[in-house]
Amino acid sequence: MAYIPLTASDREQMLRKIGVASVDELFSDIPEDLRLKSFDWLPPSDERETLSILKGLAEANRAAAEAPCFLGAGAYDHYIPAAVDAICSRSEFYTAYTPYQPEVSQGTLQAIFEFQSLICALTGLAVSNASMYDGPSALGEAVLIASSYTKKQKVLYAESLSPVYLAVVRTYLESGSIELIPVKTARDGRVDPSDLSSKLSADTACLVLQNPNFFGVIEDGAALKKILGPTMLVVCADPNSLGLLAPPGSYGASICVGDCQPLGLPMSFGGPYAGYLAVSNDLMRKLPGRIVGRTVDCDGKTGFVLTLQTREQHIKREKATSNICSNQALCALRSTIYICLLGKTGLKNVSCACLDKAHRMAEAACKNKGFSLRYTSPFYKEFVLDCPSNAAKLAEEVFNRFGILAGVPLSRFNPQDSNGLLISVTEKRTGDEIVGLSAALAQVAGGLK
Amino acid sequence: MKEKLIFDYTRPGKTGVLCSGPAGSPERHLPADLIRKDYANLPEVSEVETVRHFTRLSQLNYGVDSGFYPLGSCTMKYNPKINEKTASLEGFAGLHPMIPDSLAQGALRLICELQEYLCRITGMQACSLQPAAGASGEFTGLLMMRRWHQVKGTAHKNEIIIPDSAHGTNPASVALTGFRVVEVKSNSQGWVDIEALKQVVNENTAGLMITNPNTLGLFDGNIRQVADIIHAAGGLVHYDGANLNAIMGKCRPFDMGFDIVHMNLHKTFSTPHGGGGPGSGPVTVTKELRDFLPGPIAARSGDSFFMDHDLKHTIGKVTGFHGNFAVMVKAYTYIRMLGSAGLKAASETAVLNANYLLKLLDQHLKRDFPQFCMHEFVLSGRELPNGVHTLDIAKRLLDYGYHAPTIYFPLIVKEAIMIEPTETESLETLDAFASTMVRICEEAAANPELLKQAPVSTPVRRLDEVNAARKPVLCA
Repeated sequence: MAYIPLTASDREQMLRKIGVASVDELFSDIPEDLRLKSFDWLPPSDERETLSILKGLAEANRAAAEAPCFLGAGAYDHYIPAAVDAICSRSEFYTAYTPYQPEVSQGTLQAIFEFQSLICALTGLAVSNASMYDGPSALGEAVLIASSYTKKQKVLYAESLSPVYLAVVRTYLESGSIELIPVKTARDGRVDPSDLSSKLSADTACLVLQNPNFFGVIEDGAALKKILGPTMLVVCADPNSLGLLAPPGSYGASICVGDCQPLGLPMSFGGPYAGYLAVSNDLMRKLPGRIVGRTVDCDGKTGFVLTLQTREQHIKREKATSNICSNQALCALRSTIYICLLGKTGLKNVSCACLDKAHRMAEAACKNKGFSLRYTSPFYKEFVLDCPSNAAKLAEEVFNRFGILAGVPLSRFNPQDSNGLLISVTEKRTGDEIVGLSAALAQVAGGLK
Repeated sequence: MKEKLIFDYTRPGKTGVLCSGPAGSPERHLPADLIRKDYANLPEVSEVETVRHFTRLSQLNYGVDSGFYPLGSCTMKYNPKINEKTASLEGFAGLHPMIPDSLAQGALRLICELQEYLCRITGMQACSLQPAAGASGEFTGLLMMRRWHQVKGTAHKNEIIIPDSAHGTNPASVALTGFRVVEVKSNSQGWVDIEALKQVVNENTAGLMITNPNTLGLFDGNIRQVADIIHAAGGLVHYDGANLNAIMGKCRPFDMGFDIVHMNLHKTFSTPHGGGGPGSGPVTVTKELRDFLPGPIAARSGDSFFMDHDLKHTIGKVTGFHGNFAVMVKAYTYIRMLGSAGLKAASETAVLNANYLLKLLDQHLKRDFPQFCMHEFVLSGRELPNGVHTLDIAKRLLDYGYHAPTIYFPLIVKEAIMIEPTETESLETLDAFASTMVRICEEAAANPELLKQAPVSTPVRRLDEVNAARKPVLCA
């Protein structure tokens, strides 16, 4: 079933019109020795069979619907309102291409304009682009912007930056001359101010700060910006936290990036998500990727277009600000709808619920013998629980015996960190699930000893 | 503006969907200086108003389901509905990326098998599905070249050759990966000019990136020779799979001499374009380059599947987790539906449809290359009468209810009109589109104002792009 609506007689008629006897003649530019003799390695299946194959594969996974999910580390199990799926299933949105013909793409363009506006409102910055592949790649591009704008090659980053993000940033910097310099995390889980001061120099392009950081700790952005002085602050923030937490623009960030997954995107084993990238006004023309602007048509009617395109690859080719030529339009649309549905108070409520439940979870878990919070600083929806024994084994056992996904063991990122468990609590987790995880941890830890 | 901004619907006190109750004061847990002073300035709108707003916005759009979308180079084929259904199965959509491998066996099997299918199609031996889009796949391939030369002790090689017909992303990716772009001319046949290629190849040649069929829609019959020349200079050859939809089951990049291939699941494998994303840009390579892939990649061990992180020379990660997994589910679904024979039939029909349409149109617009086209073709509006341009043809097509073809690309054809019908269009659609094009060409002669004023029937008419860029308004 190749979705081909031609009949045999259609084909004959078309071949006659072209003036060839067979389709193979149309491929005559392919040299004989390159032509495949056979291509038979997979039978077709009809729609019913295919659905059954895919259902079988889907059921071989343990999705969040069947196991309470306390996993985070960059992807979160937030509730997604039904209306998000309903609207995004409209084929006028999902089967369209990039809005190259604005006259018949006002839906996509206006939705992106609204997305940009919402990102500006959340981050407290002046300009947002139309979205990037994901949070980590947005951070990679942000570092390139900072270095290119300041013409400086040293980039400081807080060690509490997500290793998932750091890995991608390293790849983005692979071929350039930018040097990445870590700034230590103090015992309280925040950036060590004295280490920051000592590493700051006239060659520093920026500090990259994740806030809340990888361990869930909320940084004192304003205090760090004071130390940085005129040096640029790049903040990576969970946008779902920004319904509640101070917007990065308010404490001096020039660039703010992050991943829109917590705003209405399913976890989908890691993607597709969408990165957001917002900057202060002076960096506007350094932005990579698509940007939508408001304008008027020849009748004076308001409309939207892709704009500032002289930054982009299809015009500037090798002199473009980036090679990116798409955004994650449909994912950005999901986030736009999500934010609009929740609105001003709803998003704050979700943020507050995450905060509150995470604290309840932490409190309950720490009542168990041998468990403690690693860091004392304020935290948002994630925290590091120090376990009395190997956290990966503990989490495995909690799943096997209680069917709960307990958290992400930090040994995944740092083999020396055997006892740390990163626990994430969204508004979806119920009181029973929180109590259940706490009890499960206690029982399993008791048994493992 | 047909529909006001969502912000204009705000009435204080309204809210759409409740996702959680009020959770009490955050000050219990946080010092006040970490909390927002005011609410973020977000809309306050009910659910029904939000749904209607976005439904009305959708009605201002044009997708493949709305009608024929002959956008050259973009492979706007029909997006089967079964794909949407499988990708949203809870076992996929609700799966956390950090879950242990043992709890994600279905997802890992799907990834592993899709890697294998893409290797079959391209002839290569290893695959990473991590790149998020075509440009991300280019970036990946070029970084692999870079790492390869470092490992081989030829790190001085810093030039990548690309044809003058290349997509803009090719030179941009070359620059982003720290290489220098060296352009090579096409000959009068539309192929890489072999003599010109020999002139630009030298000691510093790190590799070449090329699309075949190229952006003129022509299969470069010298491709093996092109690859040999680059290999002889110690370089690697990257296949930009933008046009893979022309050759599935007919020939393979591996046999053409390529070392690295990137594909676009959103073009060739029927996943929707989403209004500009998400896509997915997998990379397949020869076995010599396997260890350079962005990891981890899925692998088998007996009946079980795991993520293999053991890639000695890996370039690192290009996206945060495993790439755009839901897009992979759709592509996998499509390949399972079609089977290998169906993939071959898709390519053959894409080429048949394109040649048929070319035959119907080449008497009316300028055609530069006499040979058969592959899945798409390029004509030119440069001989249109009365000062009518290609842009005017494109805009007039909108009035007739079609999406416009790609225009002004490739750059080497003046006033280019690039048409790709894909295999999923019927004879009736092709005939109707061709007669509309012919009619527009007649209008260009008889009543050119119809074209210059077009479109007149769309939600907005031609927009002032110059002022949009001069005085940017990017936020409500």
